[in-house]
Amino acid sequence: MRCKQLIRELSNYLDGVLEPDVLADLERHLEHCEDCRLVVDTTRKTIQVFCNAEPAPLDPAIRERLHKALEQRLKRP
Amino acid sequence: MSQTGFNPPQAVPAPQDNEAQLVDAARAGDTGAFTELVNRYDRRIFRLAMNITQNREDAEDAMQEAFLKSYQHLDEFQGDSRFYTWLVRIAVNEALMRLRKRRPNHVSLDEPVEGDEDLMPREIEDWDPSPEQRYAQTELRKILDSVIDELHPDFRTVFVLRDVEELSTEETAELLGLSVPAVKSRLLRARLKLRGKLNRYFRKVAETT
Repeated sequence: MRCKQLIRELSNYLDGVLEPDVLADLERHLEHCEDCRLVVDTTRKTIQVFCNAEPAPLDPAIRERLHKALEQRLKRP
Repeated sequence: MSQTGFNPPQAVPAPQDNEAQLVDAARAGDTGAFTELVNRYDRRIFRLAMNITQNREDAEDAMQEAFLKSYQHLDEFQGDSRFYTWLVRIAVNEALMRLRKRRPNHVSLDEPVEGDEDLMPREIEDWDPSPEQRYAQTELRKILDSVIDELHPDFRTVFVLRDVEELSTEETAELLGLSVPAVKSRLLRARLKLRGKLNRYFRKVAETT
């Protein structure tokens, strides 16, 4: 497997959906290609950073408006 | 309904043990139970809507509509998925509707699965083991928001659904009316682009002796 092909399979690799023979091929490539190792590692970290990031606290004014809107709607029979 | 605005909602809606109970109670008319669900998910739903629309007004609108509709159609919720996932679907549709209104000329094309473009990353450097720890939470959020903002809306939406909201490829495809290969292709490009943009913030800082 060459770097270009690995990059194309990168998402599938990180999502754990590669066919066994492709996976083996890819991991063999990683053994001797530091650039690809770095790309795999930093892409994985990219996903993790976004996945783990906590959402910002909601602006109290927005929450207030949301609750008012819900209150009105919930009042209706 | 009581104003529970200062009751800090949960940051991460991990499969809550009592989500199903809250939903059942809300269905039976317990508005307090529904309020608890709202408080639990309002920050995430707002962030989702912001990520898609990139417009605060639209995001707030979309979020409100999502919660309102989820309440109104509670009897239609089958319970075969998590309530939160169902809520996300509603919110995504509301957000996309508003995004399309603002950008009527933007056409979503099913992109070629195997494009000829060069995907090879340019900035290949080692990062800190836990890159996010270098920044305070507010600073980190600013960084993540700004890089996500730079993404093409089609890539951004897929990334947000797959990697932030953790929907499956199939769920994402269905929700966005895309083929599975299209979702995968956009996700790959989104991930690579974001990685490239984050490089300058997360790369290892050379130590000076």
